[in-house]
Amino acid sequence: MHKEYLTVSNIVGPLVIVEKIADVKYNELVEIEDSRGRLRRGTVLEVSTDQAVVQVFEGTVGLDIDKSRVRFLGRSQQLPVSEEIIGRVFDGSGRPRDNGPQIIARKRLDINGSPINPDARDYPSEFIQTGISSIDGMNPLVRGQKLPIFSGSGLPHPRIAAQIARQAKVLGKEEKFAVVFAAMGITFEEANFFIEDFRNTGALERAVLFLNLANEPAIERIATPRLALTCAEYLAFELDMHVLVILVDMTFYAEALREISAARKEIPGRRGYPGYLYTDLATMYERAGRIKGKKGSITMIPILTMPEDDKTHPIPDLTGYITEGQVILSRELHRKGIYPPIDVLPSLSRLKDKGIGAGKTREDHADVLNQLFACYARGKEARELALILGEAALSDLDRLYLKFADLFETEFVRQGEFEARTIEQTIELGWKLMRQLPKKELKRIRPEYLEKYYSPA
Amino acid sequence: MRQGKIIRVAGPLVVAAECLGAKMYDMVRVGHLGLIGEIIELNNDRAYIQVYEDTTGVGPGEPVVLTEKPLSVELGPGILGSIYDGIQRPLDVIRARHGDFVSRGIEVPALDRERRWPFEPVKKVGDRVLAGDIIGYVQETPLIQHRIMTPENGDGEIIEIKEGEFQVEEVVCRIKKDSGEIKELNLFQVWPVRKQRPVKERLMPFEPLITGQRILDTLFPLAKGGTACVPGPFGSGKTVVQHQLAKWSDAQIIVYVACGERGNEVADLLLSFPELKDPNTGRPLLERTVIIANTSNMPVAAREASIYTGMTIAEYFRDMGYSVALMADSSSRWAEALREIGGRMEEMPGDEGYPAYLASRLAEFYERAGKVVCSGSEERIGALSVIGAVSPPGGDLSDPVVQATLKVVKVFWALDDRLANMRHFPAINWLQSYSLYRDSLKKYLAEKVAEDFVELSQEAMKLLELEAELQEIARLIGLESLSYKERLILETARSIREDFLHQNAFHPQDTYTSMRKQYLMLRTILHFHHRANEALEAGKEFNDIISLEVRDRISKMKYLPEEEETLLQVEKEVDASFKTL
Repeated sequence: MHKEYLTVSNIVGPLVIVEKIADVKYNELVEIEDSRGRLRRGTVLEVSTDQAVVQVFEGTVGLDIDKSRVRFLGRSQQLPVSEEIIGRVFDGSGRPRDNGPQIIARKRLDINGSPINPDARDYPSEFIQTGISSIDGMNPLVRGQKLPIFSGSGLPHPRIAAQIARQAKVLGKEEKFAVVFAAMGITFEEANFFIEDFRNTGALERAVLFLNLANEPAIERIATPRLALTCAEYLAFELDMHVLVILVDMTFYAEALREISAARKEIPGRRGYPGYLYTDLATMYERAGRIKGKKGSITMIPILTMPEDDKTHPIPDLTGYITEGQVILSRELHRKGIYPPIDVLPSLSRLKDKGIGAGKTREDHADVLNQLFACYARGKEARELALILGEAALSDLDRLYLKFADLFETEFVRQGEFEARTIEQTIELGWKLMRQLPKKELKRIRPEYLEKYYSPA
Repeated sequence: MRQGKIIRVAGPLVVAAECLGAKMYDMVRVGHLGLIGEIIELNNDRAYIQVYEDTTGVGPGEPVVLTEKPLSVELGPGILGSIYDGIQRPLDVIRARHGDFVSRGIEVPALDRERRWPFEPVKKVGDRVLAGDIIGYVQETPLIQHRIMTPENGDGEIIEIKEGEFQVEEVVCRIKKDSGEIKELNLFQVWPVRKQRPVKERLMPFEPLITGQRILDTLFPLAKGGTACVPGPFGSGKTVVQHQLAKWSDAQIIVYVACGERGNEVADLLLSFPELKDPNTGRPLLERTVIIANTSNMPVAAREASIYTGMTIAEYFRDMGYSVALMADSSSRWAEALREIGGRMEEMPGDEGYPAYLASRLAEFYERAGKVVCSGSEERIGALSVIGAVSPPGGDLSDPVVQATLKVVKVFWALDDRLANMRHFPAINWLQSYSLYRDSLKKYLAEKVAEDFVELSQEAMKLLELEAELQEIARLIGLESLSYKERLILETARSIREDFLHQNAFHPQDTYTSMRKQYLMLRTILHFHHRANEALEAGKEFNDIISLEVRDRISKMKYLPEEEETLLQVEKEVDASFKTL
């Protein structure tokens, strides 16, 4: 039996301060029973000889000072796991929300995990074909990568994420795979969109969902992605599955973190977010990867909405410094009616170099990718120039580039929501566009490939 | 050993009472798990401890064991080719013993205690030695000879010296000091990480650190013993620049500190270095490399220590008389670790919440670089170059870490988001970057590369600057308003940018360019420019000149092999093609 304390002295925002404690540990799980017997959970954020600061996941509404009973559980927050976890839906603190039974634990795992030893990491090098040209062709995703989608409110990031989850596959292989989906603070409609999509494609049987919706306790969001990642680690490194983790929306997660930080009266960093936001995000994002000698992998697609579409806002900024690239959505393309509105130029996949080329995608992939980038960038510059000076002022060559940029957006980037292009089709499409330009403009392509692919077969 | 008692735990900060007599920066073992920590503030009998491991499950009442020793590294054979965490624990050994995830409270010696090393003495009984003198060698890797030096206050007379195979802890030499005291030397020394290793004299740098990266070597060279910083927003290629330097720079020893960065990048280094060959010796690069990896998800306090661990190891090899390069990626993460700890100690914050001592800590760190005469009686010259990446939020260069760094470093390689978006790599902005070593390296470059190398690079810089001005005009009133000579400048500047500065790190030929080839490439581009100018003056048609086929040859020069004849051929073709006009 755990000791019960009736010594709550202070309640501030999501924090409860308990006095006269003994033998309490940092980061320990806490149970609080309010005067009506309702249970809430929390963790210890700070502990000294006579007092503990506890963050309460479900919020502090209805808690009182004199009747709340506090129990320290002597362990940190854990997730019970077993094979049965696949196909289940949980709430943001890991309780079943699909009317199913509790998971009979084969193991209980600490949701904070431990860092992967850098020496144990295997470098991600298996190309994942998502069927989306602007990702496969320009910013390829590989197994074990963490590639976030930087979106804005009103942009179709859920549709893109669902399309990736639906179409993603590694060429020439049939392996066990699973989707782990964590929702933090998104609306019922958005969450339902994913669930329905998973259900329609049969993915739900291979998925584990952790849902904390917009109307549910904000502080619980701190735990939600950690639960999802703990589950993913179990599936990947103990059950040898290839796991795709989708986290939406990291912005709400960071806001919950800020709320706690403010309640603790910590010195804020940029825009009120705590100074340790980078470290905190890293402890989650870095849980993606591959481990030498293990079959499974964790590939992560965190989604965040950039406040005011601002890439330099702390949340996208710090995320970009941790993740291996980013896919940025563009409001301008979206307004033009282009789906998926992926802004190719500022998007980036850092791990592409080892995942593409002969034997993986196609020998000329890297060169085509670089050339398409350079041409599209030049075309966009020409477009800006044409806006100022009029199209007539452009040189003939610039006009060609301008046309290239238009075609690139309408033919290469644009595609159907259920259209899965093979990498072969994507690269050929790239060549088709590049043939609009004179051969000697294609400086980024090795002469032998230019010889082989420039003239249509 | 003496013990204190924990009275508060807040993340990586632990406060312990009953610690009277503990010294600042002493190491301690925290709690029942024995986590490693360091004292960073003392207040009466209270010690404020930053803990290098996750403190989950630690609580008040648990003991704190005082080791009464400062945080130190072990310096001896076995360092090269290793991968350490921020406090010099070998990650490969940890993995072998404890599995794929880093658990807590692990104690592993930095140097392998079992392995035997062949020691070859160079001193004999009766020789007098000063501190820092070399007493013998261990061939640590085929590439690097590990020079065993006498430690600080190791002056005296050798009364015994052995030869043969030894473990690092075995005594190989005994010295009788003037006081009569006998000092026993084994193959390794222990040195506190926060203390600079002594040198006899500091020298002015005059020799370039050759990196094989054209924009760096030709336009913004770094000197051996110099300091550089690479700030840039995410995705602008900081890490690729750092990796390229680690792979290709002509330093003899590379210390790579991955400080709060991505785990997969470390994996990339670990997997690619054994395969990459040193261009000078043909041996695997790993044999001259030490990697300190404290990735972003590893404990934040160890991140703070990691750059000092790396620096001390780098200084040690410098003391042997080697040219060492240290890459710190990224110093912003280190500064953030300072800020996080400072915040938990409730210190008064300075700019952007960073502690007020940020600038002085950074300056102290970069000042440990330099070209020096090493201590000891021989005139050994060693150099330690430091290249720090900085990751300013949003790429904003007014960030306190960038500003504090720029005050101390001499070379600034400014990475540019816009260039990166155009996939112009390395995305180093040629208008913002600078090198204050250009003058001091002039003489060396003129002697070792070519008489006119410096002039050519200055001309290239001037053309790039003119280009920026002309583009401004062209943007306002149209390209047509420029004279043909001005348009030629635009064409040449573009050629410099695309054919010379642009360099593909992943292309087998393009990834490294020797100084000679850099010189010939630039000379050919500028030769075309001069010939084109003459042709314009002689009344030739501008469009004919810029559509000469030979320009295509120039643009492919980067892919040509490093052969004098082949490269000179292009220049001849330039001359030939002007005759056809």
